Amino acid sequence: MVNPPTAHPMDQLQQRVNADARLVWRGRWVDTAFLVEAGDAAWLVQVAAGRIAAVKRGPLVMPSWSFALRAPRDAWNTFWLPNPPPGFHDLLALVKYRALRIEGNVHPFMANLLYFKGVMAAPRPRESVAGGVQ
Amino acid sequence: MSAHFEPITGRYLRIDLLGKPHRVYVEEAGQGVPLLCLHTASSDTRQFRGLMNDARVLEHFRVIAFDLPWHGKSSPPAGWQNADYQLTSRDYVAMILTMMDALALDRPVVMGCSIGGRMALHLALDHPERFRAIIGLQAGAHVDPYYDLSWLHRPDVHGGEVSAGIVSGLMGPRSPEAERWETLWHYMQGGPGVFKGDLYFYTVDGDIRGRLADIDTTRCPLYLLSGEYDYSCTPEDTLDAARRINGAQATIMKGLGHFPMSEDPQRFMTYLLPILDRIHGASGVA
Repeated sequence: MVNPPTAHPMDQLQQRVNADARLVWRGRWVDTAFLVEAGDAAWLVQVAAGRIAAVKRGPLVMPSWSFALRAPRDAWNTFWLPNPPPGFHDLLALVKYRALRIEGNVHPFMANLLYFKGVMAAPRPRESVAGGVQ
Repeated sequence: MSAHFEPITGRYLRIDLLGKPHRVYVEEAGQGVPLLCLHTASSDTRQFRGLMNDARVLEHFRVIAFDLPWHGKSSPPAGWQNADYQLTSRDYVAMILTMMDALALDRPVVMGCSIGGRMALHLALDHPERFRAIIGLQAGAHVDPYYDLSWLHRPDVHGGEVSAGIVSGLMGPRSPEAERWETLWHYMQGGPGVFKGDLYFYTVDGDIRGRLADIDTTRCPLYLLSGEYDYSCTPEDTLDAARRINGAQATIMKGLGHFPMSEDPQRFMTYLLPILDRIHGASGVA
């Protein structure tokens, strides 16, 4: 469907988020860890006051996290395209079309929904116009 | 930019709705064929600011919009603090028809979006004789829930911010940034529990799947316009409704999402104006 990029988008998450002062501000009350799964690949993302403190790629041993975002690899790769098609342009669009499952304690996610939408859209290529509302 | 007034005027109408006194905010602009606009859940008449500032519309149409009770600048009824707000099909229809009578609107065109789009289908089914044309924006017969509505109204989550987060992705990514954020601001201003109360109509009470085929478009023309990025009322939902309604005319709007008139008024007008031209021509108004 979509060829995975050579550098994985999750590799850029920390730098992209932390370079966006307004996005960090939006997440200023967020202190948590969450899991991202793309097929059988996993990343543990640690957030401290809206900054991404660490992104650890799996395999993970006994990871501790509040919520998990789980989608097939192709769904994430389409989501991270510069201009994703309808249905792949937003986290809740992925949920609506049953591509993404959000599981665990989702309170931090829902209480900071615009922030987490911005975080997961941050790795999109710079020419993207589909960075949600960030 | 030099200071200037827009052509929109707003007034408060004192009126009994559902057996209770209400104070309802009403806006209008233009003159000619009455065009009654129904806003989306949790929002208000500001969504139609583009339409009400477009000279091409105002030349032939008197555009009217009101904030539903609990929304925008309309108040909830006295005693609101003692009950949950919950919109039902019966109450929604009754309020629209009562407002039309009070404003002496003679067979207006009605155009509603989202919950207003669903209501457009209800009006087409049950009251076609009251309208000269019906336009449903983001209109489908039902919607599959994809999140837990209880998140919209609880003290440990900011209702305005989570509501904006829920709807932010429903807009087309290329819609102008300022218009998208204006649209979200309206959602951030919604009263506590109002979005959730509106969605009772949208997700439960207003389900009209079993009755679509009974809509008779020979009694009142029905137009359906839906944006391609909407995953609440999806293009498939609208096209499915159109297939079940003999004579309904559906168009999927490229680039747009769930709030076409608010997220990108200029692009939306390219789809709406041809329909308004047809309605105006059929109205026999010079």
